[in-house]
Amino acid sequence: MACTQDRACLETYLDGELAADQEEALQQHICACPRCAGEIASIVRLRRAMKPGASRFTPSEQFRQKIQAQVSAKPRLRMNWLWPVAAAMVAVMVVAVVWTQQSALRSQTFREVADLHISDLASANPYDVVSSDRHTVKPWFQGRIPFAFNLPEFAGTEFALLGGRMVYLHQQPAAQVVVGAGQHKISVLILQANSATGASLPFSDGIAVRDSFNVETWQKNGLRFFVIGDAEKTAIQSLSRKLQAANN
Amino acid sequence: MDRMFFEQLAMPLFDQLYNHACWLTGDRADAEDLVQETYAKALRGFASFTKGTNLRAWMFRILRNAFLNSRTGLAAQKTDFLEDQDVPVDEAVTHAVTPEEILLRSEDQKTLFAALDSLPEMQREIILLCEVDEMSYREIAQVLDVPVGTVMSRLSRARVGLRAALGAKLKEEVK
Repeated sequence: MACTQDRACLETYLDGELAADQEEALQQHICACPRCAGEIASIVRLRRAMKPGASRFTPSEQFRQKIQAQVSAKPRLRMNWLWPVAAAMVAVMVVAVVWTQQSALRSQTFREVADLHISDLASANPYDVVSSDRHTVKPWFQGRIPFAFNLPEFAGTEFALLGGRMVYLHQQPAAQVVVGAGQHKISVLILQANSATGASLPFSDGIAVRDSFNVETWQKNGLRFFVIGDAEKTAIQSLSRKLQAANN
Repeated sequence: MDRMFFEQLAMPLFDQLYNHACWLTGDRADAEDLVQETYAKALRGFASFTKGTNLRAWMFRILRNAFLNSRTGLAAQKTDFLEDQDVPVDEAVTHAVTPEEILLRSEDQKTLFAALDSLPEMQREIILLCEVDEMSYREIAQVLDVPVGTVMSRLSRARVGLRAALGAKLKEEVK
């Protein structure tokens, strides 16, 4: 008996795409027709040989990541935009906290400097060493404070050296030299610029008004200078220039 | 939101799309361009994709259209399918030659792949969609944007083509 089945029909059958009644009829035919059964077997073999074609080409990891990034680009972009802002906010907060602390330390230091000046004015024994000679006052500090400083020559100026004493500022030994300018007394405080005390904090140099005192401060060669008094601003500045010149 | 959804659905198809693109173009660099273009277009057009329908067929169709617009694709369109008018299938060819049995003996995968590579792109494509990517006729119809009946006639023609190509390759090998 000649078989009338065409091959395309067998392929469609194997694809599972024949209508139900056709499928059943063909199944019966295959059972009876050795030629078609052989055909089916050979098609199945061919198809099995084709299956590895599904993984013949595999993409590189690099390319996979490229597409992955392309597909999920937006969320990442959003994060990229968010991070610098968050970092900036944290930085601003840190700066604010540090600035507040430093500012508090600075004004505390200024208050203590002012207290030292006032208590000196009010004291019955304002000086440990009384002399108008800088060559007497300066050597007196030798061995009492762990640093050395120079005093300018006051003879022939508007200022007069009155004396000096040893004080403590932030638990640190400091030299207090009192200079007269007319009826006013001006205190010069000198101490080591030590980071533990706040005396090395970045004070804005120049003259400032604190508790109605004129104060000038600067740092030079590891020493912190404060010049404080109720004298005129110009007097404070003039004395400061002389001290700066002497300690250059 | 939509983007996350797209990523979840589309990334699992990546290997399959890449493999298919390589089969179509025969060149890895061209295939990478195709796949990249496919994902870019799919991402842009994802809003127009109807949820619950076949995403794989949709993406394969985008890939196919991108391929047809490429240089190789334009050339392929000229040489392929003068058809769809029904050319009678030669019964003598279908029943006489059994290259599959020779293939089984030689057990040469390379010969089969070489035969597939020698087919016109459109024939290779439909065989791959059906047998490698295991798509139903309905899915293939969506990818090719033709009726299911056309899928059947093209597929059977492509299979005859493959048998002929396989026979030719094996003859070359015997020589």
